[in-house]
Amino acid sequence: MAYIKIVDETTPKSNAQKFVQFWNRALSGEMFVGLWLVFKEFCSSKIHTVQYPLEKLPLSPRYRAVHELKRLLDSGNERCIGCGLCEKICVANCIRMETRYGEDKRKKVTEYTINFGRCIYCGLCAEVCPELAIVHGNRYENASEQRASFSLKQDMLTPIDKVLSGNDCEYEGVGSVSYDADLKIKQTPLMYLTKEESKADESGVKQDV
Amino acid sequence: MTLYVIETLIKILLVVLVFSALAGFATYVERRILAKFQRRIGPNLVGPFGVLQILADGIKLFTKEDIVPSGANEIIFRIAPVITAATAFIAMAPIPFFPEFEAFGMVIRPIISDINVGILFVLGVGAAGIYGPLLAGISANSKYSILGAARAAVQLLSFEVVSGLSLLAPIILVGSLSLIDINNYQSGGIASWLIFSQPIAFLLFLFAGYAELNRTPFDLLEHEAEVVAGFATEYSGMRWGMFFIGEYASMISLSFLVSILFLGGFNPLGFIPGGIAIVLKVMFFIFLFMWARAAYPHVRPDQLMGLCWRVLFPLALLNVLVTGFVNLGGN
Repeated sequence: MAYIKIVDETTPKSNAQKFVQFWNRALSGEMFVGLWLVFKEFCSSKIHTVQYPLEKLPLSPRYRAVHELKRLLDSGNERCIGCGLCEKICVANCIRMETRYGEDKRKKVTEYTINFGRCIYCGLCAEVCPELAIVHGNRYENASEQRASFSLKQDMLTPIDKVLSGNDCEYEGVGSVSYDADLKIKQTPLMYLTKEESKADESGVKQDV
Repeated sequence: MTLYVIETLIKILLVVLVFSALAGFATYVERRILAKFQRRIGPNLVGPFGVLQILADGIKLFTKEDIVPSGANEIIFRIAPVITAATAFIAMAPIPFFPEFEAFGMVIRPIISDINVGILFVLGVGAAGIYGPLLAGISANSKYSILGAARAAVQLLSFEVVSGLSLLAPIILVGSLSLIDINNYQSGGIASWLIFSQPIAFLLFLFAGYAELNRTPFDLLEHEAEVVAGFATEYSGMRWGMFFIGEYASMISLSFLVSILFLGGFNPLGFIPGGIAIVLKVMFFIFLFMWARAAYPHVRPDQLMGLCWRVLFPLALLNVLVTGFVNLGGN
């Protein structure tokens, strides 16, 4: 079955008609129309290239690039409570965390790795995190020569001076800290504990912590 | 005699060096011009305006591993790119690039050998050049390559008769096969150019030339949409590069050929001296190659054969016939 052009109203029947159609197409001036069209482009010389390393396109605030691990705004401790939800929901199975109970009976995260070679940047981990400890940043240039630089937790944790200087910006949206979060803030259990500790210290009884 | 041999050897060396450098430069020019046609920038980072990109490409091609696929016919596989590159340069032997000029107290003729069958030699060597892709495709033990080789055969069958026949008409008028004679025939100003007495032959030869050089409208041998890279699928490094040096060198030599045959060659053009005039013409034709590449889609093999045998071939015959009758009547 041969291809038939839709624009042709009638398909040629006899050989003579086919011959005429062939020559009409062969000798029509369509070739020069094409040449003229691209020559106009050549002369107008519009360039649509983004010269990538030198200029970058703006990213949407919801862009999902390499993760960032956030710190608590007041103390600078990492927010992660070791619940393991991100590890569970990860569809690419690229997050691995190891937790243990610390001496203060609180969960400590000892190991936290994200295999960026496998991560598909679906964003489920950031969505499921109850503490907003893992979010997506805007670092999308992932190429590296060293395997170690793919998943160093220290690199992914927000720098402490950035947190303390108040420059750690968060995006508004589902699950993010609201603008009036400071007003709603309550003391964390740890704070009650330290208060009781100080009371106990005053009364001279040794607490088993 | 010794002087003649030395002079010829120097000329051969110069032609090979200059034209392989120019072929490399043509790849850069092609990328830049094609980019402008397609609203891109093209190579612009290595060196001023990206000119040194040629050098970078050269380093890359020379240092890449030279792979011969298993099951390939090794000797033929290694020789095939040499055939393409060599025939491209051999075809330049009877082409006069510039008018005669005087230097070091002697008259220098910028032609390697003024044989009196110049055009025949160029056509013959050019047709032998198709052995490069053909043998490369057959010997590579790859289906893509063998498809490319089959298409090379189709292409040879299509254009070769047309390019021969289309040149017959101007040769009838000039009465000589030597390119210098053809050039001198058109020395009487623009009105004596052969393009005005032989416009059909000019178009036919140009089309056939595009097909011969695998340039884009007739780019069957490495059709990105159908065959991956055609005959050169299995090639790597400088062996791959030699195919393209050959292609660009024969592109330049075809531009010289068309300028000499139909556009007055190296005759002075008004106030422009002959040497510069022919360079301008050649530059226009190289631009035309890239222009056509930007403008036209590929054709299918059956379309190429249809075009060559049903349109160009009858036109060429008709042209020869009419030219013959007119020439007889003129005498």
